[in-house]
Amino acid sequence: MVSRTTPGGGGAVAVPGAHPRQRPRLWLLDFYGTAVGKKAVMAITGIVGLGFVLVHMLGNLKIYTGEQHLNDYGEYLREIGSPIIPETGTLWLLRAILIVAVLIHVHAAWSLTQMNRRARPTGYQGPRRFVAADYASRTMRWTGVLLALFIVFHLFDLTWGPANPNFTRGEPYHNLVESLSRGWVAAIYIVANLLLGLHLYHGAWSLFQSLGWNNPRFNLWRRYFAIAFAAVVVAGNLSIPIAIVSGAVD
Amino acid sequence: MTLNLTLKVWRQDGPRDAGRFETYEANAVSEDISFLELLDVVNEDLVAQNREPIAFDHDCREGICGMCGVMINGQPHGPLRGTTTCQLHLRHFKDGDTVVVEPWRAAAFPIIRDLVVNRTAFDRIVMAGGYVTAPTGAAQDANNIPVPKANADLAMDAAACIGCGACVAACPNGAAQLFTSAKVAHLGLLPQGQPERWSRVNAMVQRMEEHFGSCTNHRECEAACPKEISIDFIARLNRDYLKAQFKDRRQLLRATDVASEE
Repeated sequence: MVSRTTPGGGGAVAVPGAHPRQRPRLWLLDFYGTAVGKKAVMAITGIVGLGFVLVHMLGNLKIYTGEQHLNDYGEYLREIGSPIIPETGTLWLLRAILIVAVLIHVHAAWSLTQMNRRARPTGYQGPRRFVAADYASRTMRWTGVLLALFIVFHLFDLTWGPANPNFTRGEPYHNLVESLSRGWVAAIYIVANLLLGLHLYHGAWSLFQSLGWNNPRFNLWRRYFAIAFAAVVVAGNLSIPIAIVSGAVD
Repeated sequence: MTLNLTLKVWRQDGPRDAGRFETYEANAVSEDISFLELLDVVNEDLVAQNREPIAFDHDCREGICGMCGVMINGQPHGPLRGTTTCQLHLRHFKDGDTVVVEPWRAAAFPIIRDLVVNRTAFDRIVMAGGYVTAPTGAAQDANNIPVPKANADLAMDAAACIGCGACVAACPNGAAQLFTSAKVAHLGLLPQGQPERWSRVNAMVQRMEEHFGSCTNHRECEAACPKEISIDFIARLNRDYLKAQFKDRRQLLRATDVASEE
């Protein structure tokens, strides 16, 4: 019998007089210390991610309305709320939320994976037949890791520039076309977006379960939502490398 | 009709033994016998040859006790949906099939011998809160506590759990969410379960996480459950757990006590 102690919602009960009463940890930390709590946090940070990839995809589509339009949009992102909010203030607030959400999402995934490995140290010795767990749900960890690697590459390519053959700051249209004209880079973007689709297909459904949003009225729609969301984001994103490689956009 | 089956059965002499698969031929067995009866037939052969019979758990042999869970061809309780091993009949196999039989694999379910595992961890989850504390005395008049029919039905769906462990065995994460959620829900849906609803879910989740993995919504448990308990109960567990963070007065009181002493 393996006995692990996970700081639970109950926390440690202080015995009066026995020990000086310890200040309890912040409630949210106790909550995050439990696996059910971590999954709720993963769902919420996942929702942040869903919002980001959707808006990012919609913004990307501006390459179809011309170079000026996309570059202006890039500039506008720096100026949201200006002059009330200082330049890039809103952008950095959104970036901060996103970065924190991603870090927490990754930490929760990592620590739950450790917990799950401990829960079955010796696996099945015979072949295992899955009947309900689909490819997407069983590869969440790997699609997650690969997406994280892709994001690093993506930042070096189109945000910071070192991975881009001809990077000019402030000219996203030019940078995009320069980078994706390379066949292998276009291939990386296509594969990464298909992986994103798998990750979204499970995540956008799973978050409802993790947060307890389950009701016969809409249960069927949770799956439709996940399929539609993944399909729309992936289709929108995939169109761009395809358009650039095929020469429709240059 | 009779069948010839090749059985690959996990044999393990004790908790610390490494264990291995051993192969047995079951020839001309009736297709009308159950899977446990197949093991009985194989064991009679083994005993006749003065060899150690295969140890496996069983009790009621009518699908309601939850003792007989084993992995059959990589699926808990075998390929048939909503069925325990004892209710699985050989007509669902083909002549000449090779059948792999293995015990549940989970850190919380240590193997005692061959196909027998120790499921005490489930009892510990129930001990943490899967009951009503108040002495209930003799049965009350049926209409004394009104229970909506739909709630009673849903509570019964949850209470159908026989604690066999197939959910844990099926779960790629070795999580016990389906079991725990069923135990939490069958009390949480009834008036008698309300007074301790929030402290119960806190305590049972905490105990569960001392032993088992975490749920990542693969839905494999629901497919494996011989009582076809729905993962809707897992969502309900998650929802109750979130609410309990604000409604479990035992926990909230502790927080206010500490705050007021400072």
